[in-house]
Amino acid sequence: MTFEDWFRKDRLPHIFCAGCGNGTIINCTLAAVDQMGWKKEETVFVSGIGCSSRAPGYIMTDSLHTTHGRALAFATGVKMANKNLHVVVFTGDGDLAAIGGNHFIHACRRNIDLTVVCMNNQIYGMTGGQGSPTTPLKCLSTTTPYGCAEPPFDLCELAIAAGANYVSRWTSYHVKELEKAVLAGLQTPGFSFIEAMTQCPTAFGRRNKFRQVIDHVEYLKAHSLLKAKRDRLFEEGKEIPPDMFVVGELMRRNRPAMGVLP
Amino acid sequence: MTRTEFWQGNTACAEGALAAGCTFFGGYPITPSTEIAEHMAAKLPKKGGVFIQMEDEIASMASIIGASWTGARSMTATSGPGFSLMMENIGFAAMTETPCVVVNVQRGGPSTGQPTMGAQGDMMQCRFGSHGDYSVIALCPSSVQEMYELTAKAFNLADRYRVPVFLMADEIVGHMREKIIIPDSVEKIPRKELEKGVLPFKAGDDLIPGFATFGKGHHVHVTGLTHDERGYPCATNVNLHHNLVKRLVDKVENARHDLADFSVINPDAEEVFIAYGAPVRAVQQVLHDRPGQDIGFLQIRTVWPFPDFALARFKNARRFLVPELNFGQIAREIERHVNVPVLSIPKLGGDLHLPRELTAVLERGL
Amino acid sequence: MRHEVRFSGFGGQGIILSAVILGRAAVMYDNKHAVQTQVYGPEARGGASMSAVIIDDEPILFPKVTNPDIFVIMSQEGFEKYGSDAPASAVMVLDSSLVHSRPDCRYYEIAATREAKQTLGKDIVANIVMLGALVRSTGIVSVAALEKAILDSVPKGTEALNTKAMKKGIELAEAVMKNGEKKV
Repeated sequence: MTFEDWFRKDRLPHIFCAGCGNGTIINCTLAAVDQMGWKKEETVFVSGIGCSSRAPGYIMTDSLHTTHGRALAFATGVKMANKNLHVVVFTGDGDLAAIGGNHFIHACRRNIDLTVVCMNNQIYGMTGGQGSPTTPLKCLSTTTPYGCAEPPFDLCELAIAAGANYVSRWTSYHVKELEKAVLAGLQTPGFSFIEAMTQCPTAFGRRNKFRQVIDHVEYLKAHSLLKAKRDRLFEEGKEIPPDMFVVGELMRRNRPAMGVLP
Repeated sequence: MTRTEFWQGNTACAEGALAAGCTFFGGYPITPSTEIAEHMAAKLPKKGGVFIQMEDEIASMASIIGASWTGARSMTATSGPGFSLMMENIGFAAMTETPCVVVNVQRGGPSTGQPTMGAQGDMMQCRFGSHGDYSVIALCPSSVQEMYELTAKAFNLADRYRVPVFLMADEIVGHMREKIIIPDSVEKIPRKELEKGVLPFKAGDDLIPGFATFGKGHHVHVTGLTHDERGYPCATNVNLHHNLVKRLVDKVENARHDLADFSVINPDAEEVFIAYGAPVRAVQQVLHDRPGQDIGFLQIRTVWPFPDFALARFKNARRFLVPELNFGQIAREIERHVNVPVLSIPKLGGDLHLPRELTAVLERGL
Repeated sequence: MRHEVRFSGFGGQGIILSAVILGRAAVMYDNKHAVQTQVYGPEARGGASMSAVIIDDEPILFPKVTNPDIFVIMSQEGFEKYGSDAPASAVMVLDSSLVHSRPDCRYYEIAATREAKQTLGKDIVANIVMLGALVRSTGIVSVAALEKAILDSVPKGTEALNTKAMKKGIELAEAVMKNGEKKV
């Protein structure tokens, strides 16, 4: 099988805009799932509300498209009630970190055996481009028309602090690395969190000087700071550029986990 | 062989759930329901089930829906403020036709209100609290015995009708201890599994589709969006939405004769009490203390869907008297169905109506 | 015959447990009916605690205590809040080591806390002393039923101590009965 065999072909075409990065992230995730050798009937995709959360509807497994922010709480019920099921959650920055922030930190704390892929486009895409908890300072959105004045969350730092066993961040540019990170997440017992920074040309890019889709992808690539490099700068006592974000495997550990088969 | 126990209502509720085969409890502590969670926390792991204390009631409700899709009989228990938080996902359960049991040990509201005092102020919230049109089943116990029996029954109804089923108890019944006779076993009617080759949200004549349990190869897509019979989102199709929501309502409302659970005493009476939950006990005392009196009584155990046809059993009724621990929530429902006066007898604050208070109302006459 | 028993004391004395044990004795071992209720406040310790039991040979319809005829009072505050209104026809068992007031009805002075501390070495069993005295003086349940219900309800390893406490209560009640119960 390849990742394409996991699609629910009778649901295509999908609703994502031209140039959206979500498809890339879904493909990377399914490629990793495919490598796990899991059967479709023992795999469940769960999501909340938003563009990212439409993903499970395109995948030919049992799938649960839930309420806004609550995907992790639903997924906790699925996993704890049947530990034989492999449960993967798709979410976005608004879904996970705003309305679902409490569920996020508690799922990390429980270290429940889920793999969570967060498509972070730094905006509310489906509702037309409102600011989210990861919208960078000064960026424009329909609810930050004078520039975002609130400092954003670092979702990976949040996941690490709250107790997740595996945490990685990549971007829609880094497809190979992202696929490997999801695979590592799927293989790691406990809570795995993979943040995929991605472009949203419709709601974010066109308001923030990314005229072309590729401009935003190039920006994500150029502002990715490899973890090894970040660590080196840190050791050398050098300043880490404030507009850059760290990519790579940020945590891999073995805290006690829930929902893992004995 | 039955056995006798001296149990608290909340213990009886938890034991009724265990007897019915509940294997998943997701909850959050809240007075006066907490003993149910504590009892499940102690008992479920020993029976191979799962107890999980979630971060709030929103998550509790979500977790039991997730568990239900794996085929588990799942439940949560809460009270007023937690019940309000659950409303969002109760609507999701209604839309996705997820069987689950929600216990509300009612306390005085609004807001934090009276955590340790009984009330029946959430009767309308349980029927209409989540947004949009839908229908649910609600059962009201008036004794420790009924806490056990109606909880067990709630699981069968949830599986049969694929709806959230509410056990609308109150602090008085939840916290009191009394004699209870435990049966050897309770009836368990299994959930009807979806047949292969049938669309997962295609219903037959009973308007209830077979259940596509996760992990069985159905590859079902479950969404809170308006969906077609395949389960696929179809949120702008006018007729499809109308027909889906009509089916969600009709599958319960059309079954109200089958779902009805009530007792009729003195059907020829002119003065008729109607009660559910704890106030039943006050009315029973009034009838006991005035034997031979021409006082009718309708005890309702299935409050939703409302058994309107039961009211017609009192052909000579000149007046219905409705003691409730709220300002007439069900009295108003009764009013919709009858042509004689309906007298709401509200009592708030946590105390049950005293029998002499009800007698005084009777004596004041029409 | 319906009896309504009201227990009061301060939080931590085992007022609630006393009521549960009495109800349990009636239902499980004397084949009677009982309903136990209590007042829940936000405080877990201290304050005036109250619990009640109704015991009847017939099924109990109205479950709340409205006209208590038996009082078990274990603190002065409990007396003032829940005991001072006892009608003349009632009977009260009071812990004379902690309650200074006396009611307008028949009453039994049982120095339960003092005896529990001095004779039994644990004031925690004062409520069981009171139960023994209550059952001996009123016969509301049988002594055998009370003993079984106590053994069902107390922590493992404390059975002997609690049985002793119950017997102490019976003894104290008998002493009062011999000298004539107090009437006002």
